[in-house]
Amino acid sequence: MGLRETEATGVVGWFDQRFPLLKVWNEHLAQYYAPKNFNFWYFFGSLAMMVLVIQILTGIFLTMNYKPDAELAFASVEYIMRDVEWGWLIRYMHSTGASAFFVVIYLHMFRGLMYGSYRKPRELIWVFGMVLYLALMAEAFMGYLLPWGQMSYWGAQVIISLFGAVPYVGEEIALWIRGDFVIADATLNRFFAFHVIAVPLVLVMLVFLHIVALHAVGSNNPEGIEIKEGPKGNRWSATAPADGIPFHPYYSVKDIVGVVVFLMIFSVIMFFMPEMGGWFLEKDNFVPADPLKTPEHIVPLWYFTAFYAILRAVPDKFLGVVAMFGAIIMLFILPWLDRSAVKSIKYKGMISKIALGLFVVTFVALSWLGTQPATPTATMFARIFSVLYFAFFLLMPFYSKMDKTKPVPERLPEH
Amino acid sequence: MNMMMKKLSSKLSILLFLLLPTFALASGGGVHLDSAPIDLSDKESLKNGAKIFMNYCLSCHSARFMRYKRMADDLGMEESEVLENLVFTGAKIHDTMEIAMPADQATQWFGTAPPDLSVISRARGVDWLYTYLRGFYVDESRPMGVNNIVFKDVGMPHVLEGLQGKQYLKEEKVNMAYGGEKTMESLVVDGSGSMTPAEYDKAVTDLVNFLAYVGEPIKAYRLTLGWYVLGFLLILLIPAYRLKKEYWKDVH
Repeated sequence: MGLRETEATGVVGWFDQRFPLLKVWNEHLAQYYAPKNFNFWYFFGSLAMMVLVIQILTGIFLTMNYKPDAELAFASVEYIMRDVEWGWLIRYMHSTGASAFFVVIYLHMFRGLMYGSYRKPRELIWVFGMVLYLALMAEAFMGYLLPWGQMSYWGAQVIISLFGAVPYVGEEIALWIRGDFVIADATLNRFFAFHVIAVPLVLVMLVFLHIVALHAVGSNNPEGIEIKEGPKGNRWSATAPADGIPFHPYYSVKDIVGVVVFLMIFSVIMFFMPEMGGWFLEKDNFVPADPLKTPEHIVPLWYFTAFYAILRAVPDKFLGVVAMFGAIIMLFILPWLDRSAVKSIKYKGMISKIALGLFVVTFVALSWLGTQPATPTATMFARIFSVLYFAFFLLMPFYSKMDKTKPVPERLPEH
Repeated sequence: MNMMMKKLSSKLSILLFLLLPTFALASGGGVHLDSAPIDLSDKESLKNGAKIFMNYCLSCHSARFMRYKRMADDLGMEESEVLENLVFTGAKIHDTMEIAMPADQATQWFGTAPPDLSVISRARGVDWLYTYLRGFYVDESRPMGVNNIVFKDVGMPHVLEGLQGKQYLKEEKVNMAYGGEKTMESLVVDGSGSMTPAEYDKAVTDLVNFLAYVGEPIKAYRLTLGWYVLGFLLILLIPAYRLKKEYWKDVH
């Protein structure tokens, strides 16, 4: 009768005759064989997914009371904070979640850098991830305009005016993005539309692609050893990699521990310091947006400041914008820059280790410099670190190739 | 090498987390601000602050996101008590704290419309408010006859002058031990106010305490709830961790 063959009975069986329920469950969870040596750094993928769910759920509830109108937006946020039942909690979850998302994503990306998770055959996973990161930046940027505080307003004003630096068509583009000559009601409305529906849809679809690609080629691990190329046969399957264990239940129960610990840190911030000293919720954003009054010190939120520092380090505005986007493009082409014989930093030589350590220092330093007034000293340091940032990527084809590597064993050392 | 990498990676992760709060130290600067000794759990202080607020602030400044009813409930006041003693605008108990003064007229009088004070404690910080309200001094060159040590050329008159008295910015020449002299500036009160300096500081503390409450009425509850949530998560961590251990005991 056209029904699918299935071993399952009952309700599951009924569904499985009409939908590949067991196939999906097995391919992605119960019979997805992940290397058994995942360490601390492997928590952040599942955590990122959980934060995405938190943001979507809290976002839905915020939308029920938020008013995307320049006259009403600021007041509606305070209305949520005071008059909506549990509104304050939903709002703090969402504002803390935004910063938590970037903390988790940065650690997730750093994991990929350390263990060479972007290398063949995982280039596409990395590229999907980078598109995700870009979409996340757009999502955060547009979401930050919605409370319609001074920093929302002027942060958006500064960033959008960057497009004005593009030769010939720049001002037209900036005007087209804003829908007005300055950030205004029209901008707020379109940012709201993008923030609550367009970009979240893109994010969810990209997460799907990211995971489908991952589960097709299999997970990397801290050793950078391809378990699929090693011997076959484990307790669960004769054809599965010997060093693999089923994702469910092993990593699902492990990730629950990670989730609980993460939620504890998240709760400490959300309940005891939701402003995080002005870094998650800025002081100036408790002042309603005023197009006639420029705040003394306009700073983007902390997760953008590394790129903002690179932008300001370049004397020419247009070239600064080019450098800023170039900094992100570097991450996109990373899989083709690394020419080391091995994937994981554990088997790479001293040069690669120093380069990676220096890169972390560079990124943190740039992030900090981006929050500071552009004094001559700060600008000088921003220039030095910008050069180091690009050097890490552009010199990689050379140093990764000439660096001494250690032989990689065929199987995980822990087997 | 394995150990070294582990150490390195744990150090890096600690570094990344620790860096977030230290960023906060980078902001601010400028004038030294006195630390406001406020206590959100001190109901008497909040009630006194509310009284000062209604009497001295709410004629020019609104608090349009704050409802009288909410204040009555949170501070343990009877509705009738609030309506009789604290509401001077004819507002009803469920209304927010609005004022009658139109913004355009206010701009004519003061040069700028007095800001709404609902979230002023979050925009300025309580220490700023505490220093500001104790920082007015006589300056005849200003339209209102006063200036302020944290807000240069502020348009606001010193509405609490009846309590504090006139305050002067006095310059004093101090002989330095290593030779030469330095000019020091200090604030001196002339004693014409109804309060002693200590009483005035207490009154301002209560007012700032009230503004801090108004800035985020849920804060006291949020701080309490946080401990319960953490307690729950800590208990949840035990079965979660043991479940993981149980499943993983045969892997390795």
